[in-house]
Amino acid sequence: MASAITTLAADAPTLSAANTGFMLICSALVMLMTPGLAFFYGGMVRVKSSLNMLMMSFISLGIVTILWVLYGFSLAFGTDSGSLIGWNSDYVGLSGIGITELWDGYTIPVYVFAVFQLMFAVITPALISGALADRVKFGAWVLFTALWVTVVYFPVAHWVWGAGGWLFELGVIDFAGGTAVHINAGAAALGVILVIGKRVGFKKDPMRPHSLPLVMLGAGLLWFGWFGFNAGSWLGNDDGVGAVMFVNTQVATAAAMLAWLAYEKLRHGSFTTLGAASGAVAGLVAITPAGGAVSPLGAIAVGAIAGLLCAMAVGLKYKFGYDDSLDVIGVHLVGGVVGSLLVGLFATGGVQSDVAGLFYGGGLEQLGKQAIGVFAVLAYSLVASALLAFLLDKTIGMRVSEDDEVAGIDQVEHAETAYDFSGAGGGAASRSTASPAPSVSKKVDA
Amino acid sequence: MKLITAIVKPHKLDEIKEALQAFGVQGLTVTEASGYGRQRGHTEVYRGAEYQVDLVPKIRIEVLVDDSDAEELIRVIVSAAATGKIGDGKVWSVPVDSVVRVRTGERGADAL
Repeated sequence: MASAITTLAADAPTLSAANTGFMLICSALVMLMTPGLAFFYGGMVRVKSSLNMLMMSFISLGIVTILWVLYGFSLAFGTDSGSLIGWNSDYVGLSGIGITELWDGYTIPVYVFAVFQLMFAVITPALISGALADRVKFGAWVLFTALWVTVVYFPVAHWVWGAGGWLFELGVIDFAGGTAVHINAGAAALGVILVIGKRVGFKKDPMRPHSLPLVMLGAGLLWFGWFGFNAGSWLGNDDGVGAVMFVNTQVATAAAMLAWLAYEKLRHGSFTTLGAASGAVAGLVAITPAGGAVSPLGAIAVGAIAGLLCAMAVGLKYKFGYDDSLDVIGVHLVGGVVGSLLVGLFATGGVQSDVAGLFYGGGLEQLGKQAIGVFAVLAYSLVASALLAFLLDKTIGMRVSEDDEVAGIDQVEHAETAYDFSGAGGGAASRSTASPAPSVSKKVDA
Repeated sequence: MKLITAIVKPHKLDEIKEALQAFGVQGLTVTEASGYGRQRGHTEVYRGAEYQVDLVPKIRIEVLVDDSDAEELIRVIVSAAATGKIGDGKVWSVPVDSVVRVRTGERGADAL
């Protein structure tokens, strides 16, 4: 059946209603990951900067969506130029695309592919924000996001997934974004924090998460949305590869959560909630590049190895003294690298492609290709992101003032606070807020 | 008259209230408080980073009583508040010079 469909598609691509419907649902699932990420990050910061953390993710839905439609899709998936970047004027503003237009060999409209890929472009810069908690001007972050997707994300997406992209042509396997999304975002996070520096009070003041229930809510939404991210990345399910990916996503995430929890029980004495959430995300990250190439047993290995290594990696920031506030490097960069490299070991050759890894009769060839993909994206993103941050820091300034940072970035940048505690404790307090207080006034434009 | 102040674990509030009601106490004041004793709070671990939490949540209960009831009342509170574990809190009493019921102007024992 599968081969018949392929043959037919090769002759003249036909729109598949099933695949189109499936991909629209997957796109919506991936969209949900960004607010999920906002909660995951938002719960991990202190009360005084929780809204800023939510907004740094949420704003990506605004900025990147518009840029993607204007020129991002064209840069990432337009006609290749020198294996480095794409361009197609029909894609500018998504203006020259027919509503039922298909690419050769694909059964979903170009529009559907564009919107699915849009959601990837949205979440990737949002991932970076976790490393910058509490201290970056919101305006500077908005500008950074716009510049970063233009200079880093769109080209890298083209390298990895675009027809003619150099990593794609090389044969690097990145099923759903281990290099283009997670290594890319993790390396960018490292580049930016090397420029902007630590939070005031890093390693001295307590910076406990203010709401672990929010973190768990966010991790749950991420896990749920990730099925769209991963299973949707085969762009249809005529041959079952997407279903294998779905299974592997679940299996690797479970294994990573258990591995992280086991590690911290041994090292620190408790099974923590944050550990469970972090382990799950580490597993999701690691299986993202690998899940189309490995078997479910391989997915257990990928998840468990990633869970363990990421749990070990998150402590490094205290050792080396860089302030990766919410462990974007420890979870996304390390998890992405682990997952991408393990493709070279655990690829069975019987799922997404016939390339086998070292443990399944293949040699070291695929591992070498994976390593090139990993380090090319890592190096480019690290350097370009650091340069962008440096540029912004020298012009408009990246950080809020020290006083504002200590007082809380929510008030300064958003003129809001996340929670109203004045009603807590009953009558006396709520009565005092109900009475007209001279120190609180509402600004009214005349 | 005496002012009895008890700093206790928050989850013991209901038991202490019931014990005080059974004893015949008409009113009390409860405040949310935080602090530490000799045990110095506890340790929390977030992704391997350890935080020493010094100020732990407590409840502060205040009751005004007649001198003759004070000792017995302290015993009642202590027996209701005790778990035998570290951090159970403290109860103390101090003499009170005068008490006035705001609504009626009654003073002294009549105002209790």
